[in-house]
Amino acid sequence: MDQMDVIDGGFAAPVFNAQTVFRAVMDAMARPGTVQQVAGLAQPPAPLAATAGAVALSLCDHDTPLWLDAGLQVSSAKSWLGFHTGAPLAATPADAHFALVANPANLISLENFAQGTQEYPDRSTTLILQVDSLTDGAPLHLEGPGIETTDSIAPTPLPRHFVEQWKQNGARFPRGVDVILAAPGAVACLPRTVRAKTMEA
Amino acid sequence: MSDIATYNFAYLDEQTKRMIRRAILKGIAIPGYQVPFASREMPMPYGWGTGGVQVTAAIIGPEDVLKVIDQGADDTTNAVSIRAFFQKVADVAVTTETAKATIIQTRHRIPEYPLTEGQTLVYQVPIPEPLRFLEPRETETRKMHALEEYGLMHVKLYEDIARHGRIATTYAYPVKVEGRYVMDPSPTPKFDNPKMHMSPALQLFGAGREKRIYAVPPFTRVVSLDFEDHPFEIQTFDQPCALCGAAQVYLDEVILDDKGGHMFVCSDTDHCETRQACGHRGHLSPDILEPAQ
Amino acid sequence: MYVAVKGGEAAIANAHRLLADRRRGDRSVPSLRIEQIVEQLALGVDRVMSEGSLYDRELAALAIMQSRGDLIEAIFLVRAYRTTLPRFGYTRPIDTAAMQVERRVSATYKDLPGGQLLGATFDYTHRLLDPELATDAEVATPEQREGDGQRMARVSEILAHEGLIEADGELPEDHLTGDITREPLEFPMERDIRLQALSRGDEGFLLALGYSTQRGYGRSHPFVGEVRIGEVELELDVPELPFPISLGRIRVTECQMVNQFKGSAKAPPQFTRGYGLVFGQSERKAMAMSLCDRALRAGELGEDITAPAQDEEFVISHSDNVQATGFVEHLKLPHYVDFQAELDLVRRMRGEHEKRQATDQTETREAAE
Repeated sequence: MDQMDVIDGGFAAPVFNAQTVFRAVMDAMARPGTVQQVAGLAQPPAPLAATAGAVALSLCDHDTPLWLDAGLQVSSAKSWLGFHTGAPLAATPADAHFALVANPANLISLENFAQGTQEYPDRSTTLILQVDSLTDGAPLHLEGPGIETTDSIAPTPLPRHFVEQWKQNGARFPRGVDVILAAPGAVACLPRTVRAKTMEA
Repeated sequence: MSDIATYNFAYLDEQTKRMIRRAILKGIAIPGYQVPFASREMPMPYGWGTGGVQVTAAIIGPEDVLKVIDQGADDTTNAVSIRAFFQKVADVAVTTETAKATIIQTRHRIPEYPLTEGQTLVYQVPIPEPLRFLEPRETETRKMHALEEYGLMHVKLYEDIARHGRIATTYAYPVKVEGRYVMDPSPTPKFDNPKMHMSPALQLFGAGREKRIYAVPPFTRVVSLDFEDHPFEIQTFDQPCALCGAAQVYLDEVILDDKGGHMFVCSDTDHCETRQACGHRGHLSPDILEPAQ
Repeated sequence: MYVAVKGGEAAIANAHRLLADRRRGDRSVPSLRIEQIVEQLALGVDRVMSEGSLYDRELAALAIMQSRGDLIEAIFLVRAYRTTLPRFGYTRPIDTAAMQVERRVSATYKDLPGGQLLGATFDYTHRLLDPELATDAEVATPEQREGDGQRMARVSEILAHEGLIEADGELPEDHLTGDITREPLEFPMERDIRLQALSRGDEGFLLALGYSTQRGYGRSHPFVGEVRIGEVELELDVPELPFPISLGRIRVTECQMVNQFKGSAKAPPQFTRGYGLVFGQSERKAMAMSLCDRALRAGELGEDITAPAQDEEFVISHSDNVQATGFVEHLKLPHYVDFQAELDLVRRMRGEHEKRQATDQTETREAAE
């Protein structure tokens, strides 16, 4: 593993870069279906992509156990995340505050992650899914808080049976996971409140 | 003697900002639910807007334009003080014009001028728990929210009707958010409640002393609690603003002498000034009075 | 004619200039120096360090000076500074048995290993004002002896020998000590969190609550097992090193209250404890804290919770004087928007009330005619 891979590629201006990325994520979470631009502020080692890396830098630290999917576990991205965020690795998905997923298509099912409790529904995992595109996939029609009528995005790749899994996630409300979709140069979000349908449904 | 440290951009250290930012995201994802957060001591007293200040400090960036109001006015002392704080620690642009602001921190009012997409309204909240005065224990109220058990609130409102013939709550009037959580809108007059419903702006609430953050995303249903035979209604005023002539706005009563003389003027100072600049006049406007003198 | 009030900014700036002037007072009187406050108002400094949760005498003294001697304001200044400091790590628990003891008294034994040491105490002074202090008279040098470096066993250890006192208390194996400055409080709470909150809690509030338990509101039959004051070493574990690093010494006051306990379904008859620990020298606070700690263990020991001092949410939610001051004093901020709403409601209800009375009177008259 190249030592420089681990040390380089963090935020050039940590205070302002973190704020920029957070605001993009906040706006995306507040208005699901909208796509917020995030310029390449971080350069993590593969297979972690720039946007997902930047989101992790802006939100994760010592206080947030992080779960990595198999591809990230065995890569230098793991050390990069450790070096730049200080986040400990979560022992199980149910302990994770954040889950970083380089390959959503192979993701374990959403119910494995922390769902929060009825008293503390905020204690659930936020998944950061690294996607190739927010426009090239099968369109998801979205409704719910943050959306005036309806909106749509078309992220790809997504976890298997995503629409069905997402419906079950919504049925657990107020418990449930939230999703940040990190695409090249942009983010979109799916808070647990959003309802998603595909065209044919 | 130790050198007094230099402070970070927007005062808070980055770790604290991340903690608050995570709470904000969860708050947005669970509209109306109060997210506990490790509120910090701020350089202004608890109860003076520390929750709102922490939320603003966590979201603000160099591109933002900040407006701060207290009682609807930009020139009340605490609004002046908080605005000056952010000018000092974040060197941020400030404005009094609602339309020009990207972040508006407020205590007790929602601006009259309709908010737009992309704006964030940050409320300072003293007691975030709408059930607190019915049940002082956090352990109990948390259970009630978990079980969606809000009967107590309806009983309270109904007792009002039985005793006074009407719901006698005029401010901090409880709302239900997206059909799930009963939420305290902060001590805004109930006049402002309808503005929260399906607002294009993001609404964030910070309670520093009570260590809670909550949120209402844009375009979210916010319904004031009521009964079929006693529907929710807002305050109405018998006269328009004496300075700008605006109707359907919230008015402050200004005492003119010790013989009962008073007048009503806009509580939202920016709204009033903007209207006057556009030529609107009320019946006690200096321009109307002076020619007559 | 009405002109809206403007100029908040100028008013604030002028008020602050006046405050600075009043703080300094008569310029012909020499200004206080920080070291004078540290040396001569040491117990005030200790209280600010303790409730400010920051062990730094000079900063506490500066805060006292800046706050014109208002200790709660000084505590607030220290807290607002403390909160911005980076955190390097957590020290090992301090070992108070290894304390360099300057004062140690026990009310439960006439004599005990290590002896009774009165130390610098107001106890047994006659509270007569001493005009000599005003004349800056020479102060005699006290008798002193070298410390022997011996551990001084704590009274609780002596009682534990006989098995007559409960053990130190246990937390689950995987329990990580909490930190109330980093995590929001959650009720019910573990004792570690509660003790932290009590240690930075308001001295006056805890004193009154402790006192209330002595007057029957949650009676706990307390004896001062011991109070000790002195310096303890702070040690930090550094992962890269095989031994802990010494960071220096701090002065603390520790109180172990020993309480009678007749036993319950859960526990045999034995003595129970209340614990108090604060920065610097403050017996009053440490003792009040240990009374409150014991009272708050009612649930754990299977006792009825009947008194305010036993009510965890009530005590812990209201013990922080920085929070309490802020919220009480915020009532002086403008509330006229809400007051207007209430005014309007009262006027309408009054109008309806008068109309009703008028109708009632007319009806009575008509009925009479």
